[in-house]
Amino acid sequence: MEAAQGSPVSALSQQRRLRVISGHLQAGAAPGISLNECKAPAAPSSAAPSIPKKRQEALKWNGWGYNDSKFTFNKKGQAEFTGKRYKLSGMVLPALREWMEKTFGASLDQKTTSRASLNVSDAPPALVNEGFLQDVKAIGISYSQDAEDRIFRAHGHCLHEIFTLREGMFKRIPDIVVWPTCHEDVVKIVDLSCKHDVCLIPFGGGTSVSNALECPEDERRVIVSLDTSQMSRILWIDEKNLTAHIEAGITGQDLERQLGESGYCTGHEPDSMEFSTLGGWVATRASGMKKNIYGNIEDLVVHIKMVTPKGIIKKSCQGPRMSTGPDIHHFIMGSEGTLGVVTEVTIKIRPVPEYQKYGSVVFPNFERGVACLREVARQRCAPASIRLMDNAQFQFGHALKPQVASIFTSFLDGLKKFYITKFKGFDPNQLCVATLLFEGDREKVLQHEKQVYDIAAKFGGLAAGEDNGQRGYMLTFVIAYLRDLGMDYYVIGESFETSVPWDRVLDLCRNVKERIVRECKERGVQFPPLSTCRVTQTYDAGACVYFYFAFNYRGLSDPVHVYEEIEFAAREEILANGGSLSHHHGVGKLRKQWLKDSISDVGLGMLRSVKNFVDPNNTFGNRNLL
Amino acid sequence: MAASMGSVYSQKEFRSKKREVFEDILEERRQSSDLRYAMKCYTPVIYRNLTPCTPSGLKTSVLQSLELQYVIRQISSESGESCESIQEQAAEILDEMGHNLRMGAIRLFAMSLSKIFKRLFQKVCVNEEGIQRLTQAIQEHPVVLLPSHRSYIDFLMMSYVLYSYDLALPVIAAGMDFMGMKIVGELLRMSGAFYMRRSFRGNQLYWAVFAEYVKTLIRNGYAPVEFFVEGQRSRTCKTLSPKFGLLNIAMEPFFKGEVFDTYIVPISINYERVLEESLYAYELLGVPKPKESTSGLIKARRILNENFGSIHIYFGQPISLRSLASGIINRTQYNLKPRHLPQRPPEDVQSFVRDVAYQVELNQIANMVLSPGVLVATILLQNLPGMDFNVLVEKTLWLKDLIEAFGGFLEWPDNLSASRVVRSSIDLHSNIFTLVDGHVTLLEHKHTGLLTEEIVFEQAVSLLMCAFYRNQMINVCVRPALVVLACEMVQSSIKEEIFRSFSFLRSVFSKEFIFFPGSEDKDFDEGCFMLTKCDIIHTTPSEIMITDKGTIAAFFLSKMFQPFLEGYKLAYTYLVGEVTNAFTEKQYISGVRSFISRLIVSGTSKCYEALSSDMQKNILSSFVQLGVLKRMKSVSEATFCLEKKMVKETAEKLGLQMFTEKLPSARL
Ligand SMILES: Cc1cc2nc3c(=O)[nH]c(=O)nc-3n(C[C@H](O)[C@H](O)[C@H](O)COP(=O)(O)OP(=O)(O)OC[C@H]3O[C@@H](n4cnc5c(N)ncnc54)[C@H](O)[C@@H]3O)c2cc1C
Repeated sequence: MEAAQGSPVSALSQQRRLRVISGHLQAGAAPGISLNECKAPAAPSSAAPSIPKKRQEALKWNGWGYNDSKFTFNKKGQAEFTGKRYKLSGMVLPALREWMEKTFGASLDQKTTSRASLNVSDAPPALVNEGFLQDVKAIGISYSQDAEDRIFRAHGHCLHEIFTLREGMFKRIPDIVVWPTCHEDVVKIVDLSCKHDVCLIPFGGGTSVSNALECPEDERRVIVSLDTSQMSRILWIDEKNLTAHIEAGITGQDLERQLGESGYCTGHEPDSMEFSTLGGWVATRASGMKKNIYGNIEDLVVHIKMVTPKGIIKKSCQGPRMSTGPDIHHFIMGSEGTLGVVTEVTIKIRPVPEYQKYGSVVFPNFERGVACLREVARQRCAPASIRLMDNAQFQFGHALKPQVASIFTSFLDGLKKFYITKFKGFDPNQLCVATLLFEGDREKVLQHEKQVYDIAAKFGGLAAGEDNGQRGYMLTFVIAYLRDLGMDYYVIGESFETSVPWDRVLDLCRNVKERIVRECKERGVQFPPLSTCRVTQTYDAGACVYFYFAFNYRGLSDPVHVYEEIEFAAREEILANGGSLSHHHGVGKLRKQWLKDSISDVGLGMLRSVKNFVDPNNTFGNRNLL
Repeated sequence: MAASMGSVYSQKEFRSKKREVFEDILEERRQSSDLRYAMKCYTPVIYRNLTPCTPSGLKTSVLQSLELQYVIRQISSESGESCESIQEQAAEILDEMGHNLRMGAIRLFAMSLSKIFKRLFQKVCVNEEGIQRLTQAIQEHPVVLLPSHRSYIDFLMMSYVLYSYDLALPVIAAGMDFMGMKIVGELLRMSGAFYMRRSFRGNQLYWAVFAEYVKTLIRNGYAPVEFFVEGQRSRTCKTLSPKFGLLNIAMEPFFKGEVFDTYIVPISINYERVLEESLYAYELLGVPKPKESTSGLIKARRILNENFGSIHIYFGQPISLRSLASGIINRTQYNLKPRHLPQRPPEDVQSFVRDVAYQVELNQIANMVLSPGVLVATILLQNLPGMDFNVLVEKTLWLKDLIEAFGGFLEWPDNLSASRVVRSSIDLHSNIFTLVDGHVTLLEHKHTGLLTEEIVFEQAVSLLMCAFYRNQMINVCVRPALVVLACEMVQSSIKEEIFRSFSFLRSVFSKEFIFFPGSEDKDFDEGCFMLTKCDIIHTTPSEIMITDKGTIAAFFLSKMFQPFLEGYKLAYTYLVGEVTNAFTEKQYISGVRSFISRLIVSGTSKCYEALSSDMQKNILSSFVQLGVLKRMKSVSEATFCLEKKMVKETAEKLGLQMFTEKLPSARL
């Protein structure tokens, strides 16, 4: 699942130009940026958030992403991707149908029916805390008790959440949504919340995949969803120190676009960056695709400001590293909305790179591919991104081959000419592919590229072209849309991730995939599932592994339950094989039951005591983590 | 008679009880050319995720493994020897051990074994369903084959059977004494067997090479790995208490996530007559067995003219290690250490391995096919020196029903009259039984005059051989029999007291018979259930009484176990009465043996079985476990001494009238 191609990358040339311009602006606070005046617009035109305050105007109510973008089958029974936003938009994908039929035993005749639209009348009625409501009105903060607004903030993107939207209704949703526009607004809201004993749940981009946004069913207090989307200004850019101070509600696409206008970027690109927010990243300890150059969120933040029931937590300076006891940032990062609201973050920025180059390597099998990635990590020469897909994902690439000749000509087609000459001897049912992205100045990129390809060659890897690489990265972000198509045809699925030491990568991948297949069989799933993985990040001491898992649920009476049991089993298997509970999705409520074993009793006690001190009345009552 | 039996049977014998179909794999061998059989197209099914590799590739990957390299470096730093030289030693060990699969050898092997087996055995019966299950299992996950071990024939037979069914030949962890047998040893090795030294305790390098070799085989699913949980051939035909070392190693790849699962396949191999029967008897009596050597085997050619009856091989249900361990073993405990570092198995793993080992042996026991000769031997032992043939037939039929009710897996030819069946059994065992004038006797036991040590020894040989066959079913009877014994010993019908006595007997005999660790309650219930089912006892919630109808069966069961009870009592008497200083195992065995043989010569005892070193070794470790003896480690050999205080204390605490009463040495 990848960033919207339209935004950060295609804007590159423009960014480069802007950088030249911004070079003339001298360091210090950028003009037009105000520090204290809450309502004043920060930067000019481009500062308007891409995602509207009324999310329903742009986003699906029952699926992933924009209303205008989705996979459907046209009258000829061919799959196509609608809309204009993405490179794949408007294209017909003739192979997708057969892939779905073959992989899942799905059939076009067997369609499920989502409800046609959000059934607002089914929404649980809003509880009202009169005192809180009056006070919110009094301080003039924008709010809504509209059912649609509330439902849009009642969920993230876990399978069962989307399933519930399509076929039923949540038992509990926020009772009221508030939109603060700056740090001070948040301070006031948190005060009022404590005063009136309501439950406060911060809402960023709503891309959570850990049940983090789900409202506890038995919460009796009024639940207030604090939507940060109207706090999305870049407050200042400090070119001397290469930092920027930004409000937490900004989405990834807006952040990169706006920084790009000054010739900068954060380089933080989680696959959800079109919608996920800076505050959400901090709250979940997010990880971006290009972390090899820019670092993960914990490497990127320099300062965090968070409003808690006990007051504001912040540091007194922005020193790049401190020895001042345990880093309080690390209580905040990963706190998943249980301690307070992140309002402003100082984050590192980098000049937009001069040159980007994609690449790809084909390996005879997954084992060789992993060995290569390990060697790349050993030599600490990983490109901005390096991802290794297993054979099933490689095959899947073929399914998304558009009709028209373009960069999307399938992997296999693209490889055909290689097959004849180079790839003889590679088993198409074994081979796997790594996609690469290099960034930097041109000369260094080319040098770097050579180094990586030389290593790959030692492991039997053959360079398979830039196009294949670029296509790989483009396809990842539309995959999120694919789940909605699957759900129309009895196919449900999800992805999940882990991090694991190098020596266990292969064992873990094999065992988890096999466990999924087994569990499906044992639970009466009628068709073999799709159970596939890829290595998405490399570290000195290990890697991040991402699994995709989907199956045809025809014949099952409670598919979501079956799905959850299998995901549970898969997670057990991950843990048994030395994998972590999560590399970047977080714990939320979905993985809570394992946290104790993951961090020990004492560890959990430490977290609990922080929570008890900071938020004794459980105002931030989303019940994540603990 | 034996051959005629073969022709009476159809090729497929239908087992009504367990609905198992056995196939005689020799049947076809007798009808077509062995050469053609040996040259047949052999394309065994293999593990689906097998990474193909050659035996030498296998060796290299063992030698280069992090595990072994770590140990080599460690030994080097401790001993000052260079890594290279240790590495060389490791390579030598590996050569000595390493199997070397060669098709030519397999074919030669297949042909010669066909010839030999056809001469020795009437039939080799294999349960077909078991083979089908195994075929499936081999493709799914790495497989560990765990046959019972009664004879050297076991692993020849295993390889032969797997070859016959087009299955991958197993790699066998076999004892080293085979290395003495040049030709056979080499042949065996080329057909898959690999060797370990019988005793390599303390040899860190050997152990590391060995362990790594087994694990490598399992990790890449190269071939089924085969070894014996019993550790060695049982000389008494009773299942030996399991050994855990190899099983531990074999399971490690699963615990550490290196394989998704491992199948464990218990296999019961039963011989109607065991090749080594007399050798074993001599060995148990302290006459050293001849060292295995090829010439010895060739001398044993006369054996080839004898008839050893049928063999039944039952391939049990493959057990998924993953499902066994699920919810019991927390595999995350391996997460915090590099997996290649040698690590003592954590406690939960140790007890898990122990439980699995016992489970495997209990499965082997349950699926062991018993022949009528087993019943005959058991009955005869209770009627020494001999009995009327017709009574024997009658009794045999009676016992057959009892054993079947106890779950014994009897192979009884329904199409023959009972007397024919008993007759052929006696004929088959004509080296221990004779039938003269309608009277059956155990050889050497018809002695009337004065006994001498020599005569006692000869009698002991035939008696131990006879007991050998009884022992094949002793574990089937042990639970009900101990309940009966307990009833007799407490002289009361109070269930609780009987249970206490049962538990005590069970722990005294824990080395003698196979009990699942910690399952006293279940064993007791099971014993009671079987007895109730057969109308031998009557139970109320608080009482157990032997029924009138059941007295005969109860007496029979009790008598069946008398030799054990008496043997333990004699040993106790010896220890308390005759021993003052600390002693070694060796000293003990020769001491107790001459003590008992004196008692037999003097007519005070008839407990020939107590002359067996196997029983005496069991007694030692059982007494150590009970706290009656203390085991002290010294430099060379462990010594034992009596815990005089403990004797009375534990005895009284546990209510052991059997040990506390003053035993008059004359009447036991
Ligand atoms: C298709 C897809 C792709 C994804 N790819 C990635 C990826 O590449 N890398 C990655 O790390 N994650 C990824 N995720 C997961 C998700 O995007 C991240 O967890 C992200 O950080 C969530 O941000 P958000 O703004 O959407 O937060 P939300 O989903 O709105 O909230 C997540 C949690 O953070 C809390 N929270 C949100 N904002 C604040 C705030 N300002 N202060 C305090 N608490 C707050 C919420 O209460 C909630 O508990 C992906 C998810 C999807 C659906």
